[in-house]
Amino acid sequence: MTAALRFDQIRLPEKCETLRREVRAFLAEEIAAGTFNPHEPQREDSDIPEFSHRVGQRGWIGMTWPKKYGGHERTFLERYVVTEEMRVANAPTRRFFVADRQSGPVLLRYANERIKMDILPRICRGEVCFAIGMSEPNSGSDLFAAKTKATKTDGGWLINGTKIWTTSAHIADYMLAIFRTSQPTKENRRHGLTQFLVDMKTPGITVNPIAQISGLKEFNEVVFEDVFLPDDHALGEIDGAWKQATSELAYERSGPERFLETYYVLTELVRALGPNPDVRGAEGIGRLVAQLHAMRRMSVSVAGMLHAGKEPVVEAAIVKDVGTIWEQQLPHRVRDLAAFIDTDASNHHTLEEQLAFAIKIAPKLTIQGGTTEVLRGIIARGLGLR
Amino acid sequence: MTDNIVAETAERIFTDLADAQSINSAANDGWKSTLWTALSDAGLPLSWVPEDCNGAGVSLADGFSVAGSAGRFAVSIPLVETMLAGWLLSQAGLPSPSGKMTVAPARPQDRMTVNADGTVSGRARGIPFASDVEYIAVIASGAQGSMIALVEAASCRIEAGENLGNDASDTVTFNNVKPVSIKPAPAGTRPTSLMLMGATLRSLQIAGALETMLDITVRYANERVAFEKQISKFQAVQHNLAKLAGEVAVAVSAAGSAADSVADSTSFDDGVFLEVAAAKIRCAEAAEKSAAIAHQVHGAIGFSMEHILHRYTLRALAWRDDFGQESYWATELGKFVAARGADELWPLVASR
Ligand SMILES: Cc1cc2nc3c(=O)[nH]c(=O)nc-3n(C[C@H](O)[C@H](O)[C@H](O)COP(=O)(O)OP(=O)(O)OC[C@H]3O[C@@H](n4cnc5c(N)ncnc54)[C@H](O)[C@@H]3O)c2cc1C
Repeated sequence: MTAALRFDQIRLPEKCETLRREVRAFLAEEIAAGTFNPHEPQREDSDIPEFSHRVGQRGWIGMTWPKKYGGHERTFLERYVVTEEMRVANAPTRRFFVADRQSGPVLLRYANERIKMDILPRICRGEVCFAIGMSEPNSGSDLFAAKTKATKTDGGWLINGTKIWTTSAHIADYMLAIFRTSQPTKENRRHGLTQFLVDMKTPGITVNPIAQISGLKEFNEVVFEDVFLPDDHALGEIDGAWKQATSELAYERSGPERFLETYYVLTELVRALGPNPDVRGAEGIGRLVAQLHAMRRMSVSVAGMLHAGKEPVVEAAIVKDVGTIWEQQLPHRVRDLAAFIDTDASNHHTLEEQLAFAIKIAPKLTIQGGTTEVLRGIIARGLGLR
Repeated sequence: MTDNIVAETAERIFTDLADAQSINSAANDGWKSTLWTALSDAGLPLSWVPEDCNGAGVSLADGFSVAGSAGRFAVSIPLVETMLAGWLLSQAGLPSPSGKMTVAPARPQDRMTVNADGTVSGRARGIPFASDVEYIAVIASGAQGSMIALVEAASCRIEAGENLGNDASDTVTFNNVKPVSIKPAPAGTRPTSLMLMGATLRSLQIAGALETMLDITVRYANERVAFEKQISKFQAVQHNLAKLAGEVAVAVSAAGSAADSVADSTSFDDGVFLEVAAAKIRCAEAAEKSAAIAHQVHGAIGFSMEHILHRYTLRALAWRDDFGQESYWATELGKFVAARGADELWPLVASR
């Protein structure tokens, strides 16, 4: 067949289940201590450094990285379990999650030994927050239109220009960004971008918060004015960042965070409908649970294939496409099913509040990390259509 | 494509004798008996019957791969039904006859009864291939609990019906029918067990049919030229195909996961129920979306009888109805989840 998709049947091994119990116990303690409220997804925005430190102490950041850099040499599947438990509990992972998922692995691969020894152990301890500087005012989906310039100077580079939509830039210690180091060539319009490590304390950087329709201020505009970055902060091949950026995104696509961002409304729906829902409520829950289960099995499968060293590129893109569409529709579907619940029901207030928030954040789910349309282009390429 | 010898055998026989294009243009049904003979010679219809009962005695997992393969070829003879009947009979230690079989009931709402004199009564709708088979394996309730029986199709009243794929799907009335053989079902095998097995098989068949739909639709998009280019170069078409791939992916992984958990489990426990219900629901939903896209991309040609597309799309849609529609399973799953309570939902999902 020409278009066979691969989904190895992978089950999480027993040691993952032991770990899962540890993570649940830890989260229960944190919730009991009042660190965060799992029923208040808005708190996801707030930054709780002590929580990150405690997660680091448990060894749940940089889990798969070499011990030499503070990592724990555990498996990709173990990391999967930690991610989904954190996500489902609405734990405040913002401070460390980007570094754990994306930035750390990039440094491991492309940074020099001094930088790795300096930054990676601190990430693992939960002390470091990273931001990703890819988008610019005129370059979102079309990454290769990025203009922010890195000009060669003595011992380093001078950066000028503006990044936008940069999540967490207001709390970040570092940013991994792509800057234009030379013009694209006629043959290759992807040419000319280089990836840099930016210390956010470097003089010349201004971070302007941008309010979101959800009421939060998670992303920012970041302006660079003659910002000096030393030579060893250029990562990987000069002018060749496009290769690096695309492989970085592969890992960003298929994790449990790509379908669980609005999960709490499903739990609240089950709570609000109670132990004996009517047929409509029961059917609604059943379908949503079936969809969730099917998607999660698909996501575990991709995690397992990545773990086994395979390259399920199309499959991973599919998980993100199907997953983000699902998490986007979920609050609307829950709203529909909750319509018949008596509003005096004791917990209805929570459901209404959570729904309102989930419906407000829903539009971003299919945009962040690459839009649905762009993903479908990647899937189409994988199917041999372009 | 497949990783075991049983499934490879099935795949080879289907490739040789169940080519969709040849079947679609065949003047008569002669191909059916040729195909059945080859499958029988290879022992596939009695895959799940133990060797000492003249079966092939293959594992559940291997038999499930045969069902996936049957789905990829949209096979329209009672292979999967005979396998399921053989499985049901062997649960009670009853030997299987040679020849085509099917099972009853095939809908969760229908109940069969065993009378005090050991005869079987009841009415079962939507029985796949009832008018094409010699025997029907039945699970029925009696005073002593569930019984499994083998009944001659000739001793039942069969009202012919057809499913969406134009395969026989009949109403069978059992009027104090004396079974050929009957035994108590072992503990744990109930009418719901038959529904779970049947739903797993249909999920695999649907997923298989969807795989082929994706394959032939991608191929067609790369061949068909409109506005001076292949239609696969239009972004709208690419996005439709990417959506189709997503649905196929979900169906394949959900059905595979359900099959795996049935094969690895010693009983039809809660975990198996979740997996099978989820697979049947999700595969049925995927069938609806995928068939629509596959037809859209094929344009008018795919709507013609001459084209093979309908062999897959209509069967995938038809299979949604057997062994519990998605709304039935969704309601059961929803009740189950609600009864356990909100805080048990994630632990349940994460346990699979
Ligand atoms: C909450 C949130 C957080 C974010 N965080 C970050 C971050 O931390 N760092 C960062 O760098 N960026 C971040 N982004 C930006 C995000 O990556 C971009 O929004 C995304 O890549 C789309 O770019 P754009 O917004 O410029 O939209 P555009 O690229 O202008 O797209 C607009 C529309 O056109 C469609 N479109 C564009 N090109 C094509 C095409 N070739 N084919 C078909 N359709 C097309 C898009 O799919 C979309 O529907 C974040 C975005 C959000 C919403």
